[in-house]
Amino acid sequence: MYNFEFEKPSTIADAVAALATEDAQALGGGQTLIPTLKQRLAAPSKLVSMGGIAEMQGVCVDDDGSVSVGGATPHVAVARDAAGSYPALAALAGQIGDPAVRNRGTIGGSVANNDPAACYPAGVLGSGATVVTNARQIAADDFFQGMFTTALDEGEIITSIRFPVPQAASYQKFLQPASRFALVGVYLARFTDGVRVAVTGASEDGVFRWSEAEQALNKEFRPDALMDLRINPANMIADLHGSKEYRAHLVSVMTKRAVEACM
Amino acid sequence: MPKDSGIGASSKRREDVRFLTGAGNYTDDINVRGQAYVYFLRSDIAHGRINSVDTSTAEGMPGVVRVFTGKDFEGVGGMPCGWEVTDKHGAPMQEPPHPILAQGKVRHVGDPIVAVVADSLEQARDAAEAIDLDIEELPAVIDMKSAAQEGATLVHDDLKNNICYDWQLGEADDAKVNDVFANAAHVTTLDLVNNRLVANPMEPRVAVAEYSRGTDEYTLYTTSQNPHVIRLLMCAFVLGLPEHKVRVVAPDVGGGFGTKIFHYAEEAFCTFAAKACNRPVKWTASRSEAFMSDAQGRDHVSTIELALDADNNFIGLRTNTYANLGAYLSTFSSSVPTWLHGTLMAGNYKTPVIQVNVKAMFTNTVPVDAYRGAGRPEATFQLERVIDKAARELGVDPIALRRQNFVTQFPYDTPVALTYDTGDYNGTMDKLEAAADLAGFAARRAQSEAKGKLRGLGVNCYIEACGIAPSNIVGMLGARAGLYDAATVRVNATGSISVMVGAHSHGQGHETAFPQVVADMIGIDESMVEIVHGDTSKIPFGMGTYGSRSLAVCGSAMVKATEKVIDKAKKIAAHLLEASEADIELKDGQFSVAGTDKSVAWGDVTLTAYVPHNYPLEVEPGLEETAFYDPANFTFPAGAYACEVEVDPDTGQVTIEKFTAADDFGNIVNPMIVDGQVHGGIGQGIGQALLENCAYDENGQLLSASFMDYAMPRADDVPFYGVDHSSQTPCTHNPLGVKGCGEAGAIGSPPAVVNAVLDALNSGGRAVDHIDMPMSPSRVWTAMHG
Ligand SMILES: Cc1cc2nc3c(=O)[nH]c(=O)nc-3n(C[C@H](O)[C@H](O)[C@H](O)COP(=O)(O)OP(=O)(O)OC[C@H]3O[C@@H](n4cnc5c(N)ncnc54)[C@H](O)[C@@H]3O)c2cc1C
Repeated sequence: MYNFEFEKPSTIADAVAALATEDAQALGGGQTLIPTLKQRLAAPSKLVSMGGIAEMQGVCVDDDGSVSVGGATPHVAVARDAAGSYPALAALAGQIGDPAVRNRGTIGGSVANNDPAACYPAGVLGSGATVVTNARQIAADDFFQGMFTTALDEGEIITSIRFPVPQAASYQKFLQPASRFALVGVYLARFTDGVRVAVTGASEDGVFRWSEAEQALNKEFRPDALMDLRINPANMIADLHGSKEYRAHLVSVMTKRAVEACM
Repeated sequence: MPKDSGIGASSKRREDVRFLTGAGNYTDDINVRGQAYVYFLRSDIAHGRINSVDTSTAEGMPGVVRVFTGKDFEGVGGMPCGWEVTDKHGAPMQEPPHPILAQGKVRHVGDPIVAVVADSLEQARDAAEAIDLDIEELPAVIDMKSAAQEGATLVHDDLKNNICYDWQLGEADDAKVNDVFANAAHVTTLDLVNNRLVANPMEPRVAVAEYSRGTDEYTLYTTSQNPHVIRLLMCAFVLGLPEHKVRVVAPDVGGGFGTKIFHYAEEAFCTFAAKACNRPVKWTASRSEAFMSDAQGRDHVSTIELALDADNNFIGLRTNTYANLGAYLSTFSSSVPTWLHGTLMAGNYKTPVIQVNVKAMFTNTVPVDAYRGAGRPEATFQLERVIDKAARELGVDPIALRRQNFVTQFPYDTPVALTYDTGDYNGTMDKLEAAADLAGFAARRAQSEAKGKLRGLGVNCYIEACGIAPSNIVGMLGARAGLYDAATVRVNATGSISVMVGAHSHGQGHETAFPQVVADMIGIDESMVEIVHGDTSKIPFGMGTYGSRSLAVCGSAMVKATEKVIDKAKKIAAHLLEASEADIELKDGQFSVAGTDKSVAWGDVTLTAYVPHNYPLEVEPGLEETAFYDPANFTFPAGAYACEVEVDPDTGQVTIEKFTAADDFGNIVNPMIVDGQVHGGIGQGIGQALLENCAYDENGQLLSASFMDYAMPRADDVPFYGVDHSSQTPCTHNPLGVKGCGEAGAIGSPPAVVNAVLDALNSGGRAVDHIDMPMSPSRVWTAMHG
């Protein structure tokens, strides 16, 4: 890797100030960023660790019943501490990577990175969560803007993510055999006012909502409601691990399984 | 009663204590005072003409010691190939040069172009980024069949085409073969691909070289399976150094799987640069470098045809294979698709007419060479897949079809150049049927179906040839090396023993198993015997470890040397006991005079050998013997494997529910180690069958260049294995009656997995003839809906 400065502030305000330096970058768990640096694919002037900021750690239940996860909370803590308050989200966190990745990787890093095969973006979009930053609150529907692209501005920090808790939810992840990221992952959340279905791993546009499935399930919440629905393969990802058609097919299978899990 | 020590005991692997507690000493743990680091700037395109390489800026960068290009090696030999294959017209194979650093052209992604030596690796990398390369990209030669066509772009401009050799084995008369097929009652034909693999040992390759101006001596520490072979090749063919001035050390090696047999450019470079820079030079491959510079495995595209008569007897077999060699000839690459593949095409069957055709191709990909099994998995896969397809077409039981065609009389001369000394294929199949509870399969299938899964059973046999030998025969076949091995048994004065062996242990457990043999022969505790390996300055000239040869070949040398030691010790004991040498018996570490109660202990005799006061004058003092052993034939481990899978019809996901191996390895020294070797081999076979896919795009870019896309088998991809090696027909021509077990699992398992998946699909109502490996969910699903 190239040389860089390193800062580990203890407040969000100090972190924002530190990130004002040109080409400074936030460091979460480093599970994506450090390998990128080792490959010399990025050359930040400074890394600002989120790891020392107490107000960005942990899972808590807000007065309105929503679950807030601090932006620097590692996956392992979400898997453990959200198990009671939002089990489907906890289950998602528990399926990310391996124990080492879960001990280091953070929700803020994952969501900011918006890898098209990552799990959290599906959970955030499927839940209709709110991404809270040092500057504003961004609805999930506005936050994800295509592969590796988000609404975040330069130097903006995800301080927490607020999840409304659905009546039932399920994350169905079909593993890419090598990376064990999602070849296709479907996060389905059933709220009193409707169903949300978010799909990761499948599309060249990154995480997306499958609105036809949502409409069908709003009419009738049964696996069979999806029977005649097919997603258009045209925008699906094709690679070594699966064709567009295969991914499109998996979206249906995983959605159906998520409905079954919520019944 | 299982034994608790000596031959046949499951002694715990003593080396594991150091491996598992972080006390191992791997090449990367070795740091030499004052060492510099080398970074190789490698080609990022598959094929190109080098117009210019400008290193001037790099040379002036901080910490840079020296920058080397292909020009620095113009007077130096290239990487040698250890086996000259003669094609079917009697012409030698085409053998292009393989320079240490690219000269004129780059020929695969990862081909090293410039080597930067600097005080630190980071400085070397910084300087490498300042190098200006002008390389004109050429069309990449990737697909083997188009590469073979007239007028195809040439990987090597000086060769007449991209075909290294067009080789044939078995029946040379095409008319006769055509006749057999024309008169057959049934012919089954199958096109298949044996997928390319990356070995990916846990430890990447490393080399550290130092040179002493004072003594004009070199030491190379390197991750090798055979340090003497590396020294010979590097000294005699590459750098032109006298062997006695070069020491090659392969300390603890973290897995080899074949890919660490070969002599690589990086180790020759470090040795050369250590003198040129007058500083020790170290190189540690990154995982990314390993993906583009370790020799890869397999990569055959084949058509196989099996002819059967009206009674389902195999009457003819013909194969046509394109074998990928990659861009250059790696050390033993040429032997793999030929003498290690064609010769195994008879399998366990008495097919009378066999013709094997192999075109070996140069392409703009990483060189391909031996990988666990090396040629034998490719042969087994073709044969056992076509038999399975034939059974389905004919509507006969695949096990019965195999049994009907087994070789049952030994020795058996195959039509493809081998003589099987012994075996009992029906007996081994009986063991498999019992161990795998094949009778209970129908009930297990019903259970799977109740869950909505398809269940399949795949069974196949394999035979392999291990301990490749004898030297005079392999020499006639083109080997440029002998294939014997050597051991020195050094008895110390107080009776403990150091055995210096040519074999190299990089996970196989030699440090445990070899002492079991020596201790058993003398009747002393195993802990009194220690193995020394991996250092040319300590061990006799032996050929190292590959091809499941260590115990069969080097172990035999060790037995012979131990016998010499015992013979001499008996002379000394006879003197001490004032008896005739012929009356001396050795048992449980005691020499006694037959029929008397007079005896002397092992330790007293060994002490006498080194303190020869009361000593037979005609005997030399000391107790140390060396033996070289050149086997009379290969050994022929064989077995039968059964795999049960479940297929999820919604996703195409395959899970292995049960895997059983019945192997005949002859006599067994350490059953636990043998189990472990079979487990590991099957794990790699399952990896090949379901997961591993080294894929290049049409431009020669490696699509699976990291673990993000190259799927290695993990613990939850494999089941608990059932392993049975109670079928034992001892090898007839080596002193231990052993055959070798290191590769069997990787050879026998891929067809079992594929056969099982196809059984699941076909019995589930989907007519699918074949799915190429790896049978990823996507491929299985596509085949089901094709
Ligand atoms: C072996 C392995 C397996 C994995 N498997 C999975 C998987 O199955 N599913 C999955 O979803 N992911 C997986 N991951 C990715 C993992 O979840 C990472 O944790 C995640 O992608 C990045 O999180 P991080 O905290 O490590 O971020 P970092 O790597 O530190 O940073 C990533 C990016 O986010 C930015 N960033 C970090 N924190 C913040 C913040 N609070 N606010 C704004 N920007 C920020 C950084 O500047 C950087 O651009 C895997 C990773 C590895 C190494």
